[in-house]
Formats: sequence, C-alpha cells, structure tokens
Amino acid sequence: MSLILSSAPHIRTAKTTSRLMGNVLIALLPCAAAGIYYFGLRAALVLAVSTVSAVLAEFIWQKLSRKPITISDLSAAVTGLLIGLTVTPTAPWWMVMIGSFFAVIVVKQLFGGIGDNFLNPALAARAVLLASWPARMTSHPAVGFANVDAVTSATPLTTGAGIGDLLLGNVPGAIGETCKIAILLGLVYLLVSGTISWRISVVTIASAFLFNWALSGSLNDSLVAILSGGLLFGAVYMATDYATSPMQAGSQYFYAILIGVLTIIIRKFGVYPEGVTYAILLANITAPLLDRFIPQKVYGIPSIRKEEKKA
Amino acid sequence: MKVTFRGGVHPGHKSKKPTQALAVREYVSDTVKIIMNMNIGAPAVPCVKKGDQVKIGQVIGEAQGFMSVPVHASVSGTVLSVDNIPYLSENPVGCVTIQNDFQDDWVELEPLGDVEHVDPSKIVPAIQKAGICGMGGACFPTHVKLTLKPDQKCDTIIVNGAECETHLTADHRLMLENGKRIVDGLRAVMRALDVKNGVIAIEDNKKDAIQAMKQACFGRQGVRVQPLMTKYPQGGEKQLIQAVTGRQVPSGGLPIQVHVVVLNVGTCAAIADAVIDGKPLVSRITTVTGAVRTPSNLRLRIGTLVEDIIGECGGFSEDPGKVIFGGAMTGLPLPNTDVPIAKSTNGIVVFNKHDAVSVEEGPCIRCGKCVSVCPIGLNPFQIKAATDVDLLDRAKDLHVMDCILCGSCSFVCPSRRWLTASFKNAKQKITLQAKKEAAQRAAANQGGEQK
Repeated sequence: MSLILSSAPHIRTAKTTSRLMGNVLIALLPCAAAGIYYFGLRAALVLAVSTVSAVLAEFIWQKLSRKPITISDLSAAVTGLLIGLTVTPTAPWWMVMIGSFFAVIVVKQLFGGIGDNFLNPALAARAVLLASWPARMTSHPAVGFANVDAVTSATPLTTGAGIGDLLLGNVPGAIGETCKIAILLGLVYLLVSGTISWRISVVTIASAFLFNWALSGSLNDSLVAILSGGLLFGAVYMATDYATSPMQAGSQYFYAILIGVLTIIIRKFGVYPEGVTYAILLANITAPLLDRFIPQKVYGIPSIRKEEKKA
Repeated sequence: MKVTFRGGVHPGHKSKKPTQALAVREYVSDTVKIIMNMNIGAPAVPCVKKGDQVKIGQVIGEAQGFMSVPVHASVSGTVLSVDNIPYLSENPVGCVTIQNDFQDDWVELEPLGDVEHVDPSKIVPAIQKAGICGMGGACFPTHVKLTLKPDQKCDTIIVNGAECETHLTADHRLMLENGKRIVDGLRAVMRALDVKNGVIAIEDNKKDAIQAMKQACFGRQGVRVQPLMTKYPQGGEKQLIQAVTGRQVPSGGLPIQVHVVVLNVGTCAAIADAVIDGKPLVSRITTVTGAVRTPSNLRLRIGTLVEDIIGECGGFSEDPGKVIFGGAMTGLPLPNTDVPIAKSTNGIVVFNKHDAVSVEEGPCIRCGKCVSVCPIGLNPFQIKAATDVDLLDRAKDLHVMDCILCGSCSFVCPSRRWLTASFKNAKQKITLQAKKEAAQRAAANQGGEQK
C-alpha cells in the first residue's frame, strides 16, 4: 500500500481559475443577450469574432512560443467577449479581431500571461481601437433590427435620454453596455457566486455618483451619469479584473474611488465624451502602488502610525 | 452574542456529518507502541526494559528536564521491546512496545479529590506528573504553560472547544458526554493560577455542545460559555484570543503576554482526571472517519496502531490514497498505517485515491482571495513569490514568521498553489538559519573572551 505524502491542506476549493472565469462568462450572458436583442445578428457576429479570435490568439501564441496551452482556463474567452461587448455593433470584423489579438498577445502574453499583465487586456485593446479608428468606434446605430446602416448619433451622454430607457438599454451605444439591468443581473451573479467582492464594483459606482452629485448638485443628473455610457459595465466587469486591481481591502476602496472620480472628471472636463476606459486604465497602473503603500494590518503587529504616536 | 476574527474560510461543509452523532466507544488493542517524543520539547527516555511487567499508569519514559513530560504505560502487560522507530517524517524516536494482558491493572494512584477543595499549589505538579501536553494538536507541555514567570500575569483561561478543523468531532463528543470533567479541569487551572475568569469557547454549529457545557457550568464559579461564529480557523489560538478577549498576541509572542492561557477541552478533561483521580494521561478520544466502513469516535489507549484502529472501524471502504492525523486543513500525512497514535492525535482521516490526488500548481492570477481569507492579514501571494525564488529575507519582511499555517490561503486558491506548504518550508529554513547564526555569534563571543 503506498500512501501519498503531500502537505496540508488536504482539501481545496472547487472554485478553480476556469470555474471563476466561467462565472464571468455566465455573468456576461445577459449583456450579450440584450445586445443581440437590441442590435440584431451583427452584434452576435461581433461577439463571436471577438471571442473566437481572442482564444485563437492565445492558442497560436502559446503554440509558437512553445508554452503550455492554457485556453481551457477561459480567461482568453472572457477577454474576447469583453472586447466584443464594448465595441459598437457596426464595428467591422477585422477591427474586432485586431482588438482581440492585441489584447491577448501584446497586453497579456507579452507581459507573462494570466495574472502578470498590468493593464486590463480588453480595456487596453479598446483604447487602441478608439485611438486608431475613432469614427468607427463611436458611430452608434440607432436601436432596432431593421437598422442596417450605421448612423453616427449622439451618445446618451450628450442627449437627455430617460432613465427608463437607460435602464432597459433602449439607447444607442456599445453592444453590452447599454442595458443596465443586464449588467446589474451579472453583478448579482458575480457577487452571489463569490467571484468578485462587492468592494470595487459598488464603490466605483457610488463614488462616481457622489462626485457627480457634488459637482452638479443634481440627483437626476448624477443618476443619468452612472446609468449612461460604459460606467456601469466598466465598474462591474473591467475594474474588477483580478490581475489589474489591488488585492488588499484598503487599497481596493482607494482604487475604486479613483476610478469613479476620474471618470467624472474626464467626462466633465476632458475632450472625450466617455471617460471610463481611461479612468480604469490609469487606476490599473496605480494598483500595485496602492497595495504597496497602503499599510496592511497584520495580527499582533501594531500599525506604524500607532507606534509613531507612542514615540 | 457571537464573536469572531477577520478573514477565514468555510472548508469541508459536510465532513463532520458521519461522526458527530456517534457516541464514543472504547477500543483496546493487543499491543501498543508508545513513542517517547509526543510533546514539544525534550523527548522522554525509556525506563523499562524488555520483559518487564507494567501496569496502566506506570511511568515507562522519564521526563528530561522542565520542558518535557513523562510517558506512562497505557495498558497492563509485558514489555515486548524498547527500541527506536521512525515516526512520521522525523528521526527515529524511542518507542516502548507493550503486549496487553487485558487485566487492566492500574498502578497505585494518588487522587487529590474535589478540584474546589484541593490545595492549589498541588495542581500544576499533578498535571506535570500526569504527562499532560496540549491535546488539540500542538502537544506543548501543559505544566510549562501553567508555570508563570514572576512578571507574567493571567486574567483569563480560555478553553478551546471550537473544533474548527474539518472531519473532527472528538472534542464535540467529549463536551456532550463529559462536560463536567472539562469544567472541573478548567476550575482546577483557575484555582492553580488564581484566575477569576474562565471561558469555554465553542463554535455555534455545535448548539448541543453549547447547551451541554452551559449546564455543566451551572453553579460553578467564574466560568461561562462563549459561542463563536463558525469559521475556520476559529480554534487557532490567536484567533480564539482575539474573538473572546479582543486582544492580539504580539507578533512572535505568547498568549500569556496578553494575560491569557488557552487549553483544549481534551486537555482540561485530562487535567481533571489527573487532579481528581490522580490518573495520568493514557487514553484519548480520536475521530476516525473518511474512507473507512464504520466511521467512529473511539476512546483509544495512547500507542494504539493506526492499522488496528482502521480494522476496528471495519477496514477501508475504498482503496486508500492518503491517511492523515488530524483534520483536512492541517493534518499530517502518514507514510503507512504501522504508526501509533500520540497524545495529540485528535483524528484519523482516510482519503480515497481520487480525493488524495496531489494537485498541480497553476500560475497566480492575482485574484486576491488569499489576502482576503488570511486570518493574520498577510499577503500570501507576495510571500509565495518570494519563497519561490528562495528570497527568505524578503519573506521575513512580509511577516512569513507570523503565518500560523492554517491552510486557508491554499484552500481558497483557484490556481491551487502550494502556499501553506512553501511558508512552512520557509519558516523552518529561517528558524534553522537563526539558530545557526546564534551559534556562530556565541562561538565568536567565546573566542573574543578567550583572547
């Protein structure tokens, strides 16, 4: 009889990396479904191209660089789907594909693969697409199946859409970002399944709301602010990305507030109508610093401040 | 009011189910192998020889100094051999094998009687004589814990009935079946140290035990039951102290520095036996569960072989892959079943081949789950990055020495990284290094003096 001699603990959680990434995919389904409902088959096509090409990019890269193939951890699929959901339904397939390849190969794999990237791959790709093809990225078709031609219309950030329409997603915008109810459903699933903690997502939304309220003095304006554009989507799916957000509770609050405040600043005072992408990318860069400089509380070790007080 | 600590996990939800309702039954085997280094500190030295007749409770291993406890015969009969055997991963240790004659002859005992009337100064010596060491797992000599230096004071004794480990129900059964003994032991210690405050802390998933202990405490002076939130590692000494008193043991320090002594429920019952009846520690309750045909709570003589115990439980129910002493979060794996139980063996858990598979480590995805569950507030992922490349100084700066090796980070890691294992390794290396450096310094100092 040979017995295995391995170190404690002898049981491990069932929530493996692929399970967690699968949870994110499930949480994104309502957004994808809403996008396809509002924008029709071409939205479905965009999502399919973005997801498949992200997985393909990871596979090809790992094959060529002779690394273990890790597409089964589903993280590439998550990145791809996120890219598809954050572009406009009329985005050409080649543009989406470039986005996915850039995200997976340049932002993720070149920096060491899963866990080692310092920027959110999907968001970095979106930023690249925005800078490269600004017109194509911001030409949003009006909602409806019949609409085939792309029409550049004002985003809800510049028009005054009703709160009901904003919640339902009955407004022009990126495929997955318009229907706020779908995003909130996804958030609930992510929280209940223990995939993310409430800190980053909820605090980001709350701080954007409060900061906007402080600036505008209008509750209604602040409600519209958090329900329009990509803020909600970014707060729930992008800011909470494991690798690029801080790990300690204290730094997570700080990071989330930074995103909320930066988003509103860029929207109100910047030249871009939408600020979430850049706000999160900027916060991503600060994440490791926040973890380093916001002191952790270790059991049995008095905090530095307390020691200074004594001295 | 329920109390708890920061962080923690909820492992092995149903692992206690098979045994928690099973009353303790006694099992005595034909032979026992009693090892000499059951306690932390100096091992005992055998004082019997092959062919000797021994009675239950007779000293067969003498304590070596203060940081050591005597070892007693757990059955009556004939000494078959006195030799050294390899025990777990450590170096060969002294071992006395006794053939049981089933006469159950006890040596003459020196009972002190009722704990409320015994001379307090006689209590700690009685505990020392009875060979008691921490029965929750660490096996620290109890009399050492209870001997305070002049500058130390104690205001609270906490009795640890949390039993937060998976699979184990031995303490739970003891509280249900013998609560009065636990309170007697607690009172004895309170009187010995002149402490007015005794707290029996129990996780609130053991409602019946809380009830039973409340009844056992009724009418006793200065003792109360404190329900705790059910969360692993609630029974960790530091977490328990924080939950019950709100105090934190200083880094690298001992509970007595925050005026607390923590004792396991089993230890308390053993103390009561030692004081009231004068009986040394010769048996304990052990939970046997997992892939065995009849999971059980057994009262076993110290030195009973795992092989015999598994046989008593109907044998393996599946092909065994791993057998551990203790629960699944911190248990020690056994190389084979020809191993005797010690004073601290609170459980034997058998995993089948499927569950025992050694998991492969993936890359860290920086999800931060290890950070949020660490009951000490460490950053396990960062420490692991340091220990992976053998940066021990960096690991030390990240407070690896404060790690209690509870296993929560490894348990929760979605990439199944071997966090706890590498911290254990790093702690051992750092301790060894510190010892070496101290020895070198001492040698250098001596050299200087000679000059």
